[in-house]
Amino acid sequence: MYSFEPTEEQQMLVEAVGKYAGNDLRTAAREAEEGGELPKKLIGKGWEIGLLQASIPEAYGGFGERSAVTGVLAVEEMTFGDLAGTLAVMTPSLFATPILLAGSEEQKQTYLPKVIEGEWSPYTAALIEYAFDFDPNALKTAATLNGEEYVLDGEKAFVPFANNAETILVYANLDGRTQGFIVPKNSAGLTISDEREKLMSLNALPLYRVHLDNVKVPASNRLGGASGHDFEPILASMRIAAAAAAVGVANAAFEYARDYAKEREAFGVKIAQKQAIAFMLAEMRTEIEASRLLTWEAAWKMDTGKEDAFTEAYLAFTGAADMVMMVTDRAVQILGGHGYIREHLVEMWMREGRGFAMFTGLAIV
Amino acid sequence: MSIEFEAPKPITQMQFMLKTVAEEMMRSRSRYFDEHEHEIPWDYIEFMHTAMKAMGVGSLAPNEKGNGHGDGSQEKKDKRPSIAYQVLASQIEMLAWGDVGMYLVTPGGGLGAAAVQAAGTPEQKAKFLARFGEEKPTLAAMCMTEAGAGSDTASIRTRAILDENTKEWILNGEKIFATSGDKALTEYEKLGKGFIVVWASIDPSAGRAGMRAFVVEAGTPGVRVAKLERKLGIRVSDTAAISLVDARVPYDHILGSPAVEKTTTGFKGAMATFDATRPLVAASGLGVARAALEFLKEKLAENGVQIRYGLPRQKLTSIERDVIDMEVMLKSAWLMVIKAVWMADNKKPNVLESSMSKVKAGDVGTKITQKVVEILGPLGYSREFLAEKWFRDAKITDIYEGTGQINRLVVARQILGYSGKELR
Repeated sequence: MYSFEPTEEQQMLVEAVGKYAGNDLRTAAREAEEGGELPKKLIGKGWEIGLLQASIPEAYGGFGERSAVTGVLAVEEMTFGDLAGTLAVMTPSLFATPILLAGSEEQKQTYLPKVIEGEWSPYTAALIEYAFDFDPNALKTAATLNGEEYVLDGEKAFVPFANNAETILVYANLDGRTQGFIVPKNSAGLTISDEREKLMSLNALPLYRVHLDNVKVPASNRLGGASGHDFEPILASMRIAAAAAAVGVANAAFEYARDYAKEREAFGVKIAQKQAIAFMLAEMRTEIEASRLLTWEAAWKMDTGKEDAFTEAYLAFTGAADMVMMVTDRAVQILGGHGYIREHLVEMWMREGRGFAMFTGLAIV
Repeated sequence: MSIEFEAPKPITQMQFMLKTVAEEMMRSRSRYFDEHEHEIPWDYIEFMHTAMKAMGVGSLAPNEKGNGHGDGSQEKKDKRPSIAYQVLASQIEMLAWGDVGMYLVTPGGGLGAAAVQAAGTPEQKAKFLARFGEEKPTLAAMCMTEAGAGSDTASIRTRAILDENTKEWILNGEKIFATSGDKALTEYEKLGKGFIVVWASIDPSAGRAGMRAFVVEAGTPGVRVAKLERKLGIRVSDTAAISLVDARVPYDHILGSPAVEKTTTGFKGAMATFDATRPLVAASGLGVARAALEFLKEKLAENGVQIRYGLPRQKLTSIERDVIDMEVMLKSAWLMVIKAVWMADNKKPNVLESSMSKVKAGDVGTKITQKVVEILGPLGYSREFLAEKWFRDAKITDIYEGTGQINRLVVARQILGYSGKELR
């Protein structure tokens, strides 16, 4: 069957997320962006909604089951409030979800309860590298097996909360395969940059460069244990999350521009009454819908184990990254000079819009 | 309820069979009929008629159950929702993948029947729609457009005057761009008696409120096919200009109520037809686009070009980027069609989704077919292959049933909460 209606449970969750996104994240977004900091209380409140907790089975301390579709719905709704805030709230997922997806039984038992029981704490992951042609499937950070240990060498970029992180899931290239390695914070040779990353957006999210110089971890710290894991489902889940976030940000920009256009007058009418503006809005809405449905389908294919799920996740991500750039750019355009001023959020969304092409690895569902 | 994307079984089963039809009955003749404009594909018409009768479907027009603009309050919760529109959209996509022009010649009511369905009384539906299940294949057509009234349908000048003595409507006017108008009106030996649905004003001073639809039977004196258009594409489908000179039509052939109301109900009836059929037209455009994209991928594969999905853009070739972008467009546009028809099946108001699906399909159909011809170079441009034909065929999707611009207007009014007056 085709069906486009979330379950009642999903609807309730989305509603809770929506309240947080609107009342808390959105309200705090500008100040957080300018001040470079998200209040701890704000992150804690988002954490208490329990998105990650609800995706982990009881056996590991959670109270539910992972569903990419549910994750996508929640991410879309939360990023409607604020992207940086959402990524902060969801940072522990970067560590926990891959363990849930690909970890050994021992790893699940060891880490999952620690991450999800209690307060939000910065467990994180390091995927992105500082290269123009960064490719998650061809990492420059290298892992080599040396007896009972893996040795990691390289540099990771844009790692959320790395400075405070208990443990970092580091992705590295092991004989041409991308593999995750669980790296505790006090490992010798692991250094976190003193300075935070300075990007075009996400100023509120503390991101760091992570250096790995001959870092040794026990073989049992390889994600999935001795035989490792398949990276594709993890990557696809990251891409779907990024796509959903792009839809959320685009929708925020669209609604803001739409409401502005209905207020702003020029030549004696609301500017929304001019086809030049109205058509832009119609196309924005249409492209958002297109991306949203493709993202939903990709998530559904992941949940149901369809053969082409990974390809579809890639397509959804590619489409969403283009879509969000187009939509956020137009939102600024519709506000005209006002869109360029940092009083309105559209300029921030436009900066974020450009980033989605390189955000794979900052969120996972 | 939950979010699901599994095509219902009846659809997947049917698609397998329809694909054979598309290949054997349509593709194989695409080129011939493109080059012999105004010849009639009798084999296809007769085959489809026989096949549809065998399957117990009278026409491709949506049935009563699948009608997409009820308010849904009557629908019982325990009843399984209809999937009629979903089935129809999938059928149309596949037939258009075969040949969109020939799909338009599929016997059945087409837009004419859709108008009866949308604006007619139960008696009228029974009276006019029964013929499509009978012995001979039969076609109907919608006559709305006039030389001076394209998208601006409210400026239609065709008049209908009631003859108080005979209680007949007298119709006068010139209609153009009636799809299958020739097959609906001209009495071919191999076809059953068709009809056209003519939109005319019963009170020009009332503007849109005076607009009504009339069923005009084939053979009505004063009605004739004035011209068959020669077109850029979809050449196997006839596009007729129809002239009505003192054409007399029985009183009860006016669809819906004959009273001139202050409201624009009659006109809205016409528009409701389009809400229901827009995603179907979108589906047909996407069928063409899929044909073109599949052909391109086939040719690329023959030449050893692989599409490396999953790579960052920086590592892709230009062709790979184009193919991937086209797949994104095609897949997402199709999901928009499916959502719009799913809403129709579930009696949810779908004006926004229906128009968005048409906007998107119009864009996607033209962009994909244009890009495919470009990438294929001389192979794309040559009439030896069908890519150039699909390029020409696809363009109509962005024009008929509301141009891309008209549909943007509909979408904009929906998202802004504006009336036609507020956003002209």
